Amino acid sequence: MKKQRMTGADAILRCLEAEGVEVMFGIPGGAILPLYDAMARGTTIRHVLARHEQGAGHMAEGYARASGKVGVAVATSGPGATNLVTPVADAWMDSTPLVCITGQVRSSQIGTDAFQECDITGITIPIVKHSWLVQDVEELPHVLKAAFHVAVTGRCGPVLVDVPRDVQEAELELTLPAEVLLPGWKPPRRGHPRQIAAAASAVAAAERPILYAGGGVVNAGACDELRELAEAGRIPVVTTLMAKGAFPESHELHAGFPGMHGPKWSNWALNKADLIVACGARFDDRVTGKVSAFAPGAQVVHLDIDAAEISKIRHADIPVVGPLRSVLGALAADVRASARPERTDPWLELIAEWRAAFPLRYGEGGAMLKPQRVLEALRDLAAGREVVWTTGVGQHQMWAMQYLACERPRAFLTSGGLGTMGYGIPAAVGAKAARPDATVVCVDGDGCFQMTSQELATAVLERLPIVVVVVNNGYLGMVRQWQDMFFEERFSQVNLTHSLPDYAALARAYGALGLTVESEDGLEDALAEALDAGTTVVVDCRVDPREHCFPMIPAGAAALDVVEYEPARDAGALAL
Amino acid sequence: MRHTVAVLLENKPGALTRVTSMFARRGYNIESLAVGPTERHDVSRITLRVDCEHHSLEQIEKQMHKLVNVLRVQELAPGDSVERELALFRVAAPAGKRAELIALGDVFGARVADLGPESLVFELTAAPEDVDSFEELIRPHGLQELVRTGRVGLARALRPRRSASKPVLV
Repeated sequence: MKKQRMTGADAILRCLEAEGVEVMFGIPGGAILPLYDAMARGTTIRHVLARHEQGAGHMAEGYARASGKVGVAVATSGPGATNLVTPVADAWMDSTPLVCITGQVRSSQIGTDAFQECDITGITIPIVKHSWLVQDVEELPHVLKAAFHVAVTGRCGPVLVDVPRDVQEAELELTLPAEVLLPGWKPPRRGHPRQIAAAASAVAAAERPILYAGGGVVNAGACDELRELAEAGRIPVVTTLMAKGAFPESHELHAGFPGMHGPKWSNWALNKADLIVACGARFDDRVTGKVSAFAPGAQVVHLDIDAAEISKIRHADIPVVGPLRSVLGALAADVRASARPERTDPWLELIAEWRAAFPLRYGEGGAMLKPQRVLEALRDLAAGREVVWTTGVGQHQMWAMQYLACERPRAFLTSGGLGTMGYGIPAAVGAKAARPDATVVCVDGDGCFQMTSQELATAVLERLPIVVVVVNNGYLGMVRQWQDMFFEERFSQVNLTHSLPDYAALARAYGALGLTVESEDGLEDALAEALDAGTTVVVDCRVDPREHCFPMIPAGAAALDVVEYEPARDAGALAL
Repeated sequence: MRHTVAVLLENKPGALTRVTSMFARRGYNIESLAVGPTERHDVSRITLRVDCEHHSLEQIEKQMHKLVNVLRVQELAPGDSVERELALFRVAAPAGKRAELIALGDVFGARVADLGPESLVFELTAAPEDVDSFEELIRPHGLQELVRTGRVGLARALRPRRSASKPVLV
């Protein structure tokens, strides 16, 4: 590239373009004005104007998870930057590659409590892989190159680049750097062959092996290799919330979802295994329950790109640190060469027996629409369609995990580690930008909907149509469930009411289509209409608030002590 | 169990904060921390004393390795390294007690860095355990102020003989 004299702001755009960025999500403001002025001068990158920086951040996350590329979010200094903190923390917990670019007050004003000044690099230190406060315009190209490199190498995650306004305005001769200069950044390049061989021997020797696949498999693009390994050894696979779709759910070896609200048979399969092969999973407390009682008879093989996850929670008998794609590929080849696949037949039969014995259950009958029924109807209507699902956080999220069917990765986007209510709508907008041909459906709760519903405006005006299905039980349902089960039915500050706001009317206020479903009768028609609408739609499904999410492993309990379905109770405090 | 760890890090703004913030966030206990320049102008060195009662040293080292500014993490195993600490002690020293105090300091190789009418300041550079001993010894004499740098250390060039692992006291 020929050297060209330009402002720092223009250089930022040229660097993003060179990184292959196609879409960015953001909101302008004082300290980032020069960058937005440069956008007006021209760029190949589409800018999606969000209504709240948190929305912009989750859109960038949704984009990243749906596409496998880096998400880019832009915000101004001070409140713009602090509004990005939640998505940054979310991306940190779920290892989503994100580059956040924030404006900062002029260098000369830093430290003076200037208008809209805040130390965003300081605030985000605990929740980013790395961050930069650019102090000289000449550093910009190197910093941006490094930022994109760090976001996607090793374990994926968020980075932040804070650019003072005068640095955006200063001029430089732009030369795009050919390589990244980061002497301290050395992510592992390959798994140790001896460790992989040891893992293969352990698999060959196991009678009840199980693959415990986490989000790392998706980030590594290693879903095919996971399947090769599973099929080579005829090993059942449980997929965590972050890995939903990483292994086809219709596959005979798919053993469901482990964890707090996973089916009982899945938790039994994981906990009664004699060998757990953890693949890009981190033994999260929502999966293990009480750690000391988790899978007591299992030897652990732990495959991960992040050495710090090895033996962090559960001791790894055979750790393999490296990129999962090559590690799983090599392990699959070893297993294919050595294993006798028929040896796992009795184990697979046992799991099939448990599966038959412990199906998901919920209350049938009654006048009110059951929330689980909404998810079942959605699953059936979406069959054969290219759908990307997003969710908020709570009961509806767990029902979505239980009832929706995913055959492919990057089709179920949810906030796992941080549990960010309000993730669903903006993540759906971002996913639609990444996958314009797919139908993007946000399964939301009424509590979550009210945290980020302003992004419906973004969906409508940016022509990124999404379907929002509100599983509206009029409550902060998961909190209500805990109060019911663990706080002697003292319902404290959880009643949101079914009908205020009128979600369908609100949708219409945003120029979207709004539908209300109050009973099973109109359910399928409304959902079918929404899926076919081709425009942004909100379907308000008013469901039975007494329905709890089961099965459930109470927090801190052993994973084998699953609480199964309990019929809905008529609680006195219930206001419908 | 306590361990001494040497960390080489890029001399960049905020690099030290990233290390200490990670320790705070993950609940690792730092007993002492000394940071300063090295033979390379672009590299700083932290010597950390960490308490590994609740977290393994391995886990702490791995978390540090993930920080972009961290170039190298190395445990300074006792016996295989030289560790020193500098301390300044201000001790009440009325004229009648000065000679006794200075004699006491001589035993540890402590130098008198300042002498006033009512007090004196000892300067002691020694193995941290010896600084502890001197502190204990001097305290009853009226220790008014104490400042310690925190330990710094370097790995030994060769595996030492056991007897040489501790500096010989005069």
